[in-house]
Amino acid sequence: MKKSVLFKINSLYRDNFRVTGYTFGSGEKALCVVGNMRGNEIQQIYTCSQLIQRLKKLEEEGRIREGREILVIPSCNPHSMNIGKRFWPTDNTDINRMFPGYDLGETTQRIAAGIFDVIKEYKNGIQLTSFYMPGVFLPHLRMMTTGFENTELAKKFGLPYVVLRNTRPYDTTTLNYNWQIWETNAFSLYTTSTDKIDRQSAKLGVQSILNFMAAEEMIDYKGPAGYQSEILDDRELVSARVRHSGIFECLVQVGQEVSKGERLARVLDPCDGEQKEEIDSPVDGIIFFAHDEPLTYENTAVFKIIKREPNH
Amino acid sequence: MVKTVASVGLPVDEVLKIRKNSIFPDREDCGKRISIVTGIHGDELEGQYVCYELIHRINQAKEYLTGTVDVYPAMNPLGIDSITRGIPAFDLDMNRIFPGTKDGAMTEYLASEIMNDLKGSDVCIDIHASNIYLTEIPQVRINELHREWLVPLAEKLNIDFIWIHSNATVLKSTLAFSLNSIGTPTLVVEMGVGMRITKSYCDQLVDGIFNLMKDMGIWRGPVKPVRKPMISAGSDDVAFLNATSAGIFVQEAVHGQYVRKGDLIGKICDPLEGIVRDKVLSPVDGILFTIREYPVVDEGSLIARILRRTEEKA
Repeated sequence: MKKSVLFKINSLYRDNFRVTGYTFGSGEKALCVVGNMRGNEIQQIYTCSQLIQRLKKLEEEGRIREGREILVIPSCNPHSMNIGKRFWPTDNTDINRMFPGYDLGETTQRIAAGIFDVIKEYKNGIQLTSFYMPGVFLPHLRMMTTGFENTELAKKFGLPYVVLRNTRPYDTTTLNYNWQIWETNAFSLYTTSTDKIDRQSAKLGVQSILNFMAAEEMIDYKGPAGYQSEILDDRELVSARVRHSGIFECLVQVGQEVSKGERLARVLDPCDGEQKEEIDSPVDGIIFFAHDEPLTYENTAVFKIIKREPNH
Repeated sequence: MVKTVASVGLPVDEVLKIRKNSIFPDREDCGKRISIVTGIHGDELEGQYVCYELIHRINQAKEYLTGTVDVYPAMNPLGIDSITRGIPAFDLDMNRIFPGTKDGAMTEYLASEIMNDLKGSDVCIDIHASNIYLTEIPQVRINELHREWLVPLAEKLNIDFIWIHSNATVLKSTLAFSLNSIGTPTLVVEMGVGMRITKSYCDQLVDGIFNLMKDMGIWRGPVKPVRKPMISAGSDDVAFLNATSAGIFVQEAVHGQYVRKGDLIGKICDPLEGIVRDKVLSPVDGILFTIREYPVVDEGSLIARILRRTEEKA
């Protein structure tokens, strides 16, 4: 393993900002894995750290294939994480809205450019990322339909689900989108949580990356059998929304099978505890995403459900 | 007449309301309609004084009003009242969620209701105040796609500069782009600085709004003559100056003035060692229309923008 500083900018009083990479093997730039880009993506940096542990061991055992180089960047944004801010400390901009970056532009554009300059050469790219809404997910792989997406390759992770979604205007400045445009096979890997560590799903995330690396002949490895991935279109997920704001009492967990009409959650008045609303499942299916904050706002999609026919 | 455009209940004993004041002429025919919008970013306050002054002046001479003036002073009321740029609790830039969806999350629902209410205005003016980092001379920014349509309107607004900018995909989710896309002509004004009110700029814009209203047939009263704005010619017409090192920026040049190539715009100092880390020099001849306001800079922080101009043209 080789540890190196990939990008650096000097600070006024804080320690200098550094993006550090961990390289395994050498030769063809086979895979780059990127961890936290926002300061609250604790699960994402943790998952990368556990991947590095596994790769170190594989390297010691001589099981990284000859001529394959793997780069892991656990944190693209230590400065935000160290002070508990989600976005860039001084101007609140999001590095993941700055790609491909601009080396003469503003600070986060320069950071994006500095990172992208290193990682755009990789054949495959995995970003461990988080959702813009607070909640927990079933672990899955997400791809944007840019015309370059390769779902067959995505199945090699052995995760239960691969979700495809159409690009929106803001997507054009994300890492995933730009990787695809630069002809990297780009995947966004979602594990269960963001600002809390979920060890089990982090382990599944690491396992899925190792499955992919083994299938793509980067490592000599045979782990536990993965899932036969199901490809889902984001638009097929059925949302269940709350009509009222209030205390959100969730009665189910992600991954749970539910029947149409089954009680999923309740909304209570935060002051007097009166029940304002019951949320029942609109379909038979599997809970794919669940809101996990104690409060909710009107019209929030608190669940996303994979619809299943009753006899599926 | 104050009306609620959109409302949603918050979790604990509070209702979020977006309100407007519709001022109608004292006659049956409501005439054409101009909408004045501000406060999408909760830390941009210049528009607050513009709204106040506009309504105040209309009420002083209401007999001249021959059309409808809709004033929306707070698109992001939670943000303004809590000194937060984005939508508090969502950490979301409100000017990246338009046109919104009626059935979407709370923020998208609000965006959709705002769009519905503004739709059909004969002109909409969306007033911004840069941010807390930069000060701007009064200007209108226009997407190059809407240039021919909007420049003649912007020229009536008594601003100093019209910046025609390129069509960035990400800007398609702004209020102005969304309204322009459905045929409601919308001008984006940028002036002053975040968290402050620059009264002279506000008065200048209010004079311009009355001038535009007169041109539209909404106002029959006297108006002041307006200045002729500079107009950028293309993307190369604006030079960007970014900090080459972190430090404390101290301004030397005068904002809004003509500078020559090589002139000192300011210094980036290191207070720990007592040295100058970088002298920021103008790379071109032109008008210094943007200047850094907030002194702490990172490497890359925007320090200034200069509109290229020869001295005769300026």
